[in-house]
Amino acid sequence: MSGAEAGAEAAQGMDGGYVWTVILGLGLVTYLIRFSGLGLLGAGAPPPWLARALAYVPTAVLPAIIAPLVAFDRATGGVAAPHAFIAAGLALAVGAWLRSLLPAILAGMAAFHLLRFAGL
Amino acid sequence: MFLKAFWRGALAGAPAQLATFPFGLIFGALSVQAGLDVGQTMAMTVVVIAGASQLAALQLMADGAPAWLAVATGAVVNLRMAMYSAHIAQKWPGAPLATRALAAYTLHDQSYAFSIRRYAEAPDEGLTDRFGFYFGVALVCIVAWLAGCLTGALFGARLPEAWALEFAVPITFIAVFAPMLRTAPQAISAMASAGGALAFAFLPLGLGLMAAAALGIAAGLLAERALAR
Repeated sequence: MSGAEAGAEAAQGMDGGYVWTVILGLGLVTYLIRFSGLGLLGAGAPPPWLARALAYVPTAVLPAIIAPLVAFDRATGGVAAPHAFIAAGLALAVGAWLRSLLPAILAGMAAFHLLRFAGL
Repeated sequence: MFLKAFWRGALAGAPAQLATFPFGLIFGALSVQAGLDVGQTMAMTVVVIAGASQLAALQLMADGAPAWLAVATGAVVNLRMAMYSAHIAQKWPGAPLATRALAAYTLHDQSYAFSIRRYAEAPDEGLTDRFGFYFGVALVCIVAWLAGCLTGALFGARLPEAWALEFAVPITFIAVFAPMLRTAPQAISAMASAGGALAFAFLPLGLGLMAAAALGIAAGLLAERALAR
């Protein structure tokens, strides 16, 4: 069964083989990533170019996931309403300022609901 | 002593679980809403045990992406842990393979960050104390993550639409990402990546993400070089 069919049936449940493939595949790859440096213990630090590139992974990967989720309205396929952008900007500011996860989530979700309620 | 260090780690990590639990709650609820059952949701949590990548993979599964693409996207989100793994390995010289294999499973943002900080504050502690602290942080984090996911999976299907839980996905990713922003090259890298992801939105599912991430890494490295001059 293809992934597309699994998506279409999402509300009733996904194909078991598809789900387990993702779970075990992602679990294995994630474990290998985590073991990479520890398994090579004693083999020395990674080459400097690789270490420098890896240092930019968190700040380069997450915004690429976030931007389309904020900017596009999944229901209509068009550009999202202004309150989505404002709420996302507020969560970003609070998270960068307090360096903490929970206040950023609370600020973002509260702003989203308040602004939507206010009709923005 | 292992146990004493273990408790010290557990206590140090405990306050951070105020955030882990609701993050788990969001993943568990979205997972059952996307069509995974409670058993599959918890299996994913135990096997993968990396929140942001689980959420990313789930997003692609809900969109009907092929399995390899969901795995590849989750893996890209977890690549930062290769950096953690290489860094923390230097703090554990001579550790036995079995301990390293177990420690790899419990290597998360929190266990890494808290332990590195502790090792800098107490550089004279031996390997036993270092592992004690590390596994202490890891255990409270895992317990909070599993409890949050289970609670979300059990009650998530009954949450009202009006809560707009789907918007919690980008907000949660922002909350994971924002505290990591520290330097100007990182900010430039993030802007290039976000702009790239919007520009590449026409590409097939997932490819735009990979292209934007590569663009972001290149922009960060270039900015670092330009600013160093």
